Amino acid sequence: MRGQFSSSYVAFINPREKEYKERSEMMESKTTIREQIRTNIGKRKNRTDQVMPKVFLMMASISVITTLGIISTLVFDAAKFFSEVSLVEFFSTELAPLAKDPKFGILPLINGTILSSLIAMMVAIPVGMAAAMYMSEFATAKVRKIVKPIMEILAGIPTIVYGFFAYSFVTPLLMKLIPTLEAKNVLSPGIVMGIMIIPMVASLSEDAMSAVPNALREGAYGLGSTKFEVTTKVVVPSAISGIMASFVLGISRAIGETMIVAIASGSSKNFTFDITQSMQTMTGYIVEFTSGDAGSGTTGYYSLYAVGLLLFIFTFVMNLIARAISKKFREEY
Amino acid sequence: MILEQTLNKNEMKDLERNSKVQIDKKRIERRILINKIAKVIFSLSLVFALIVLAILLYRIGSQSIGWLNGGFLTRNLSIFPEKAGIKGAIIGSVMLMMIVIPVTFLVGVSTAIYLEEYASKSKIQDFIRINISNLASVPSVIFGLLGLAFFGRLLNLGSSILAGGLTLSLLVRPIVVVSSQEAIKAVPNFLREASYGMGASKWTTIRKVVLPVAIPGILTGAILSISRAIGETAPLVVLGIPALIMKVPTSIMDDFTALPIQIYYWTLDTVLTPEYANLAAATIIVLLVTLFLMNAIAIIIRNKSQKSY
Repeated sequence: MRGQFSSSYVAFINPREKEYKERSEMMESKTTIREQIRTNIGKRKNRTDQVMPKVFLMMASISVITTLGIISTLVFDAAKFFSEVSLVEFFSTELAPLAKDPKFGILPLINGTILSSLIAMMVAIPVGMAAAMYMSEFATAKVRKIVKPIMEILAGIPTIVYGFFAYSFVTPLLMKLIPTLEAKNVLSPGIVMGIMIIPMVASLSEDAMSAVPNALREGAYGLGSTKFEVTTKVVVPSAISGIMASFVLGISRAIGETMIVAIASGSSKNFTFDITQSMQTMTGYIVEFTSGDAGSGTTGYYSLYAVGLLLFIFTFVMNLIARAISKKFREEY
Repeated sequence: MILEQTLNKNEMKDLERNSKVQIDKKRIERRILINKIAKVIFSLSLVFALIVLAILLYRIGSQSIGWLNGGFLTRNLSIFPEKAGIKGAIIGSVMLMMIVIPVTFLVGVSTAIYLEEYASKSKIQDFIRINISNLASVPSVIFGLLGLAFFGRLLNLGSSILAGGLTLSLLVRPIVVVSSQEAIKAVPNFLREASYGMGASKWTTIRKVVLPVAIPGILTGAILSISRAIGETAPLVVLGIPALIMKVPTSIMDDFTALPIQIYYWTLDTVLTPEYANLAAATIIVLLVTLFLMNAIAIIIRNKSQKSY
């Protein structure tokens, strides 16, 4: 009865008379409420509800497209490079991209990259590990509250600032200790790069150590261990997968780091192991070559993508290794 | 020591003989000493980080004294160090962010919503997720190469603000995606269920329930990603932004310079003109102050919005 009443009442003022009529008819035919809801949902053509998931899926797929874009630009342009330069020349020690008779041996770049990364990790691993062990096992909550923001600040400083710091402060300082040091060298950016990576190694390792269940620690304390013994003999071995992964990610970060080496390690393309000399890294080569006028379509321009592809493979493999380590050696408690 | 107090000598000997326990006091003392030394050494690592940060800030700050003033911020670029200013770089950086912020926010948050709310636990979701974590670890210089080939050459945007902004937004998007995902994940499920129970559709629930609760977390991540984008240099240099741009950009298709690029070129040129180091230091201070302000805002938002359900 009520349905009829509202129907006639609404029809008087409502243009959607038909819809209400249908509804009231439905009510009279004694369908269940559940069925009514179902038919109502079917009728209500809410466009946004159908469209939005597709819009979001499109947005989400942009990240996949980006990856594909990176890989395809690197591979296609590198292919153009390798159609002109043989692999044998690519893996030789002579690099002179702008000479009249250009040479594209990239071993000097790989050498520079590995040396600078090694120096960086020699700074970052011990200091980062010590910081992580202190923060996770020794520090009081108060100390942690002060130190965490400092680490975050260190991690948030743009790399260009570290580059300036390496070139204008660390290099002159090292020159006093090592008189033969050149104004541009691998040692100083390596050290500064290590400082830059410390927060990353420290926070990732600390996360891994904090994840070790307290029962293990308490077991060791109960046997009379000191804090140091608990840390080195229980916590670190239990968290080793996370710690190793943090080292590998640190190396990957060092390999990909650009501005510090571009500023402070110069552009010498000599193949040498003397860290007091100027050396170019793969990233430094890309920056130097593009900030000069690299004409599109030249072999030199395509060499950027060959070097970029190699760099991408290096960091990609590092990340795969890190993931594999943390998966394989993860201990479940 | 407690043992000595409670047991007499004969009993001690008995105990040692019977249970083969030997109490080596010297060894215990040595272990405690090692523990103390280790604690000091470990804490030195933190002191080291602190000292480096202090030296870095002090050095750059003292170098910029006398150079960082109102005129420096409002003058145009010049080859004479005394007359040089960073007006163009500041405007360039601001315009760059006006591209980066909307693009990154829109795409990043949508991706996070899709992954958290719509995607089923399927292979597609895993695929996208792995993709994003891989993208986050690709060196920034590679994004520069992508920008150079795709935006610069293929779409013919050259080294314009638009090309730079789009390249940077690709670079920092993973940060926004991951932090937005965390924020959306943290929205308790009963809020969603209450909304569904009232008959709201999925999109209505997301728009009116999930997003308002998650927005502080999303904003925090967005601010952090933008502070990363402001300081990022390598991709812009790779795009081929010229060293010396005198005029202030007026549209997004103009060539431009930005704060980090200015720092880069001034640092490289200190070999010829030592005063450029002071200019670079002053620009760094401007950049760092901007970053600290943004981080402070992010922290305030984070602290103010900590609701517990």
